[in-house]
Amino acid sequence: MDFSIVWQYLPKLLEGAWITLWITVVSLAIGLACAVPLALARLAKHPLVYSPAYLFVLYFRGTPLLVQIFLIYYGSGQFRHELTDLGLWGFFRDPWFCGILALVLNTAAYSAEIFRGAISAVPRNDIEAGRACGMSGLLLFRRITLPKAFRIGLPAYGNEVIFLLQATSLVSTITILDLTGISRQLISKTFAVYEFYLTAAAMYLVMTYALVYLFRLWEKRLSGHLQPRVVAEPRT
Amino acid sequence: MTLALSITDLHKSFNENEVIKGMSLTANKGDVISLIGASGSGKSTFLRCINLLETPNSGEVRVAGELIEMKTDSKGNRLPTSQKQVDRIRTKLGMVFQSFNLWSHMTILENVMEAPVHVLGQSKDEAKANAMQLLEKVGIADKAQQYPDHLSGGQQQRAAIARALAMDPEVMLFDEPTSALDPELVGEVLKVMRQLAAEGRTMIVVTHEMTFAREVSTQVVFLHQGLVEEQGTPEEVFQNPKSERCRQFLASSY
Repeated sequence: MDFSIVWQYLPKLLEGAWITLWITVVSLAIGLACAVPLALARLAKHPLVYSPAYLFVLYFRGTPLLVQIFLIYYGSGQFRHELTDLGLWGFFRDPWFCGILALVLNTAAYSAEIFRGAISAVPRNDIEAGRACGMSGLLLFRRITLPKAFRIGLPAYGNEVIFLLQATSLVSTITILDLTGISRQLISKTFAVYEFYLTAAAMYLVMTYALVYLFRLWEKRLSGHLQPRVVAEPRT
Repeated sequence: MTLALSITDLHKSFNENEVIKGMSLTANKGDVISLIGASGSGKSTFLRCINLLETPNSGEVRVAGELIEMKTDSKGNRLPTSQKQVDRIRTKLGMVFQSFNLWSHMTILENVMEAPVHVLGQSKDEAKANAMQLLEKVGIADKAQQYPDHLSGGQQQRAAIARALAMDPEVMLFDEPTSALDPELVGEVLKVMRQLAAEGRTMIVVTHEMTFAREVSTQVVFLHQGLVEEQGTPEEVFQNPKSERCRQFLASSY
């Protein structure tokens, strides 16, 4: 094994790692924004509202992400004329758009299930106290239900974030040069398979645990009420 | 005397089970009305119908003279005509729950400030000053920055009373406020309630604390199976109950 070759290409690998991180963060942000309305739709009472959300979640949780990426990126080619007419072809021929779209839809479906569970788990007493103070509708949801649900769902959501970070490696299959894509490109040039994939794995590991750490900090910040009471040190 | 609350011929069923079978109650400003009765007599349900946490099947509720408008939907369910009106009326009815129902993810101060800021639209400074004053009044100003789970039950219930008072309600509704407390903590909550009564707060109190009902109430209502069985001043109800059931209930409560 010769890691000096990795050293030589380190800036390229770091570039790939940056792209991986960027794709993760962008997909997460958009996915989260979609997940909360989707979770609410799943909880709605009217079949016209909950059925589409249910089917969406069913599909995106029930099929492999790789198939979803291929369907969006390669599959859209079959509808090129229709998409051109709609003015959307410019988006669908772009691997970045397709890759991120697939990741967004996928993480939205998983996160929606997490938040649906969390919203249902918000204690009735909390909601009732809000209603008794004159809150209802959006205000009640925004001030009481959502903050509480977010705290309940955060640990599970942290896991989803880690899954997504690692799942971004799949976009390398549609020509995007993320950490995995760059590694593969460099390997085909240098044949140093073990060295590059091992380095890439180490970089994923560092990013994963950085995220785990950030989520732990966030959880701690949001859950002051679960921390042990601060007891003043006795003076000596 | 100003009418604070009037309820006329209220009925409430859960599915086939009729829990309130036509109850009426009026409270003038400054009245302290204790609702007593055995478990299952409908006391709590009746109280929860006043601020529409339970929707009555029929009957009228008026708060400070204003009738809560109700309608029947196509499936035959009763519901309020305007959620806005219900929200507004609820700000005039401070509710204190048996299990406190504080928002556990907020500090005590945040709990008390929440509704004044976000429902009444008070400024944070104003709400905070008012909240601190109320926490002072119920004796837990030093706990303002703590979370509810870090407080004893009695302290939590006093915080919940401060939260209800922060809206400066016309009527305070207490739903068995001391039933979830250890015996030694009951006193500190009752003390705060006595103080409120002495200040002339209008209060409707569902309670098992007979001493409180007797000493503090202006009126005692004994419920039995969803109906008012006996009603009067504490002297009338406690010393000279007309109904046999009320006599039995009181005998078993001491």
